[in-house]
Amino acid sequence: DPKRCSCVYFEVDLNPTCRLLGGSASLLRLYHRFRALDRNKKGYLSRVDLQQIGALAVNPLGERIIDSFFPDGNLRVDFPGFVRVLAHFRPVDDDDSGMRDPKQPEPLNSRMNKLRFVFQLYDLDRDGKISRHEMLQVLRLMVGVQVTEEQLESITDRTVQEADEDGDGAVSFLEFTKSLEKMDIEQKMSIRILK
Amino acid sequence: MYITFDPGRRLCALETLLEADVWHTIAHGVGEAHSMGFPMLVPFSPWCWLLLLVVLKCSEASSDLNKSTNSTAQHEPNVRFAAASSEADEKISVFALDYDYVQIPYEVTLWILLASLAKIGFHLYHRLPGLMPESCLLIIVGALVGAIIFGTDHKSPPVMDSSIYFLYLLPPIVLEGGYFMPTRPFFENIGSILWWAGLGALINAFGIGLSLYLICQIKAFGLTDVNLLQNLLFGSLISAVDPVAVLAVFEEARVNEPLYMMIFGEALLNDGISVVLYNILIAFTKMHKFEDIEPVDILAGCARFIIVGVGGVFFGIIFGFISAFITRFTQNISAIEPLIVFMFSYLSYLAAETLYLSGILAITACAVTMKKYVEENVSQTSYTTIKYFMKMLSSVSETLIFIFMGVSTIGKNHEWNWAFICFTLVFCQIWRAISVFALFYVSNQFRTFPFSIKDQCIIFYSGVRGAGSFSLAFLLPLSLFPRKKMFVTATLVVIYFTVFIQGITIGPLVRYLDVRKTNKKESINEELHIRLMDHLKAGIEDVCGQWSHYQVRDKFKKFDHRYLRKILTRKNQPKSSIVSLYKKLEMKQAIEMVETGILSSTAFSVPHQAQRIHGTKRLSPEDVESMRDILTHNMYQVRQRTLSYNKYNLKPQTSEKQAKEILIRRQNTLRESMRKGHSLPWGKPAGTKNIRYLSFPYGHPQPIRRDPKVADFTGDDSSDSELPSIMFKPYPRTGTLQERRLTQEIIPMKSFPRGGKPCHFGYPRNTSQEEHVGAGRREALRPKPLFHAVDEEFESGEESEEEASAGGSRWSAEHRPSKQYHRSHSPLLQRK
Repeated sequence: DPKRCSCVYFEVDLNPTCRLLGGSASLLRLYHRFRALDRNKKGYLSRVDLQQIGALAVNPLGERIIDSFFPDGNLRVDFPGFVRVLAHFRPVDDDDSGMRDPKQPEPLNSRMNKLRFVFQLYDLDRDGKISRHEMLQVLRLMVGVQVTEEQLESITDRTVQEADEDGDGAVSFLEFTKSLEKMDIEQKMSIRILK
Repeated sequence: MYITFDPGRRLCALETLLEADVWHTIAHGVGEAHSMGFPMLVPFSPWCWLLLLVVLKCSEASSDLNKSTNSTAQHEPNVRFAAASSEADEKISVFALDYDYVQIPYEVTLWILLASLAKIGFHLYHRLPGLMPESCLLIIVGALVGAIIFGTDHKSPPVMDSSIYFLYLLPPIVLEGGYFMPTRPFFENIGSILWWAGLGALINAFGIGLSLYLICQIKAFGLTDVNLLQNLLFGSLISAVDPVAVLAVFEEARVNEPLYMMIFGEALLNDGISVVLYNILIAFTKMHKFEDIEPVDILAGCARFIIVGVGGVFFGIIFGFISAFITRFTQNISAIEPLIVFMFSYLSYLAAETLYLSGILAITACAVTMKKYVEENVSQTSYTTIKYFMKMLSSVSETLIFIFMGVSTIGKNHEWNWAFICFTLVFCQIWRAISVFALFYVSNQFRTFPFSIKDQCIIFYSGVRGAGSFSLAFLLPLSLFPRKKMFVTATLVVIYFTVFIQGITIGPLVRYLDVRKTNKKESINEELHIRLMDHLKAGIEDVCGQWSHYQVRDKFKKFDHRYLRKILTRKNQPKSSIVSLYKKLEMKQAIEMVETGILSSTAFSVPHQAQRIHGTKRLSPEDVESMRDILTHNMYQVRQRTLSYNKYNLKPQTSEKQAKEILIRRQNTLRESMRKGHSLPWGKPAGTKNIRYLSFPYGHPQPIRRDPKVADFTGDDSSDSELPSIMFKPYPRTGTLQERRLTQEIIPMKSFPRGGKPCHFGYPRNTSQEEHVGAGRREALRPKPLFHAVDEEFESGEESEEEASAGGSRWSAEHRPSKQYHRSHSPLLQRK
């Protein structure tokens, strides 16, 4: 029953969510998508719903991406939460940066927040550092089976070493941003359709 | 020739009999020359003398031969034919040659071979295809052949005339375009595509035609004899763009999907529209020869235009359905499946042409209609055959046209009129710009995601002309177009200009417009993070999904499921390459696991790397370099969002291999987590339920066991904890030997070391540590319904998202009401 379902959805106030996206057009679209993913019309998404997305199953980082929708061990994500995650990927508006109220918190699609989002994909234990072990795990996910475990280990060593400035054997967020300072993160981490 | 039309035939035969010895020598000589592979390179003037002699003798016998014996070159083969046939009466020659008999197929074969070899060479150097479109190569090869033919005074075989082109060469090209069209994005953008491709072609045709007509009025250019109709006709043929070459660039530059579809749709529909317009204008021109054209005729022409188009599409759809319906019954004779597909497509073309409807649109519509159902019906091998055969046919057609273009480039059939050619070139660009910017300005008002100015610039620049324009120009009837040569020359110039200059520069242009800060990767960190971000972006895009929600499409979807699919496809026969891939994958994996998995678990249990000392040794730059190399080449490629289509080749599915690998790994991780599940604090006791998913052999689904569970599951949403047992139902549990072995071996796992030290089973590297880290999140341990969904990206691409969105009707049998379950299309539930 579609009517009942939409009632379930609109229990929450969507205004702040709308502000995250900077427009109701994409919000509406995301809302449709959300409902499409929510197969039992239960009003929230579980991990299983996201795992149904085929392309995500063959994405080497699929699980991690899904994890990022369920912070703090949550088992479900509601629509505002769903949008909150996706809002990180909104392209940066040109007019946004200049006239933003300094008192307001930084928008989710700022460079820093985009970077933080990426960082958290590495930092599984949320200690603010990418340990060598965490780096290795990500590498394992992303590198094909042809590379031997040994090679992988030494690559990990090297990667951590390269970024690690204070010599604690791990990459902090600061070091992480430094290693990416030349990159056009705004472009890399923006999805056109979220405009 | 000269035997057959000769009244004094017997005399002639007599003559040749007398000359038998001479003929032998000629035959040998010709044979040697041809066997060298340069058919006409060897000068044959000595033979001409001989021929003349014979000719003279014969003409003495029958005087009326004289008229036709002036051009010697043409008669040479005929004489030989005469010789051969007359010889056979007398004695069997040991060696004879009959080049004329094989000339056309022989030379055509040589051309195609040459083009194929050139293509091989072209692709051997891997950077070349990125630099220029493949049609450049074909044109160059054509010009080469043309030069050889011109240099040797040979006459190329008449493979190109109006009926051959329209009946044999054109259909494969169009069929291929229609069949390989990405259906979903096409219909998502169909409004903009029709608007742009349809109106764009018309605006271009009339714009170019009319403005050239104005130019022709200027006396100084010497073009006053070209009338309006001829100009319009030229406009219609020159506006047939063939931007497929550009698509290769797009693919590499990863342009957005709507832009890609605009170009693809234009390539697909443009031919049809131009040809319809061309034919109507030809009809007008013929009429104009005898009488004046009245306004009524023009109205009739417009009506005709619409009827021809709509009628063609209608015919195509009908034939597509018939063909799909017939492939439903071919399971026992799968060898004829490709034949049915090809014959019905061709039949749709011919049938439409019989009624003067647009065959091109018919065959396109036919391919689009049947593709979806045929692919489900036919066997995997037939499917592959169809794909490759289609590519091959179209590529042969196109090669022939391009070679013919090269052949007619080099020669004396040109009329170079500076004014006409320059203005054609200029107007082509101007009118394309006008039509792009005007039409997209309008259509952008209705689009949620309008085309940016950059996109429009790219569309403007992709107006590459190709084989279609040339063919139409070449086929202009000389009787109606006294200045056909000039038209052909102008067309050639436009084609060469667009293919070479625009085709080569569009790649850099797209890259330039798509301004990315050039990132010369300096550190491993960057390399890694960037790739990670690409994967992340792709993943988030998947979560956001396809955007369009058309009510019409949803309605069609329902209709399709309720009626069409039932009528047109076999029951329980879901066949797509990816499904069979996963069948294989699972089978292999299960076997591996049974045979080696458990045993190798000890062998692979890599000691934890904690004892490694890190941060101490410095690496040499070379080492770093090699590491980066390893990374660059071995990190998984990001799933391409942009579509890939190559007119000349079918890409091997490298992504499938990668997907397979990732899936295997994930499956392993799952298995790990399930095995370890019971040793972890939150895990269930390792009951039978948890093990069930390991049973792999495919059998018929067992709804009896499933249904009650489905029923109560749908009722209770919050029962997430029950998922593990349900998720893996796709593995039916008919016991086979392997399964039993498997379960036997799995159950003792309880006694395996638990806790602290993770064991690596099956595969050397898996992410078993993850479970420890993510200990708080039990969901991470839950087995995933990987195989419900995996196919989305792979199958026809068209099914993908809406299947998931339509309540998971196809891939998630668990959640549907039990009565629907039985007619589920899920391949997973119906494997054998």
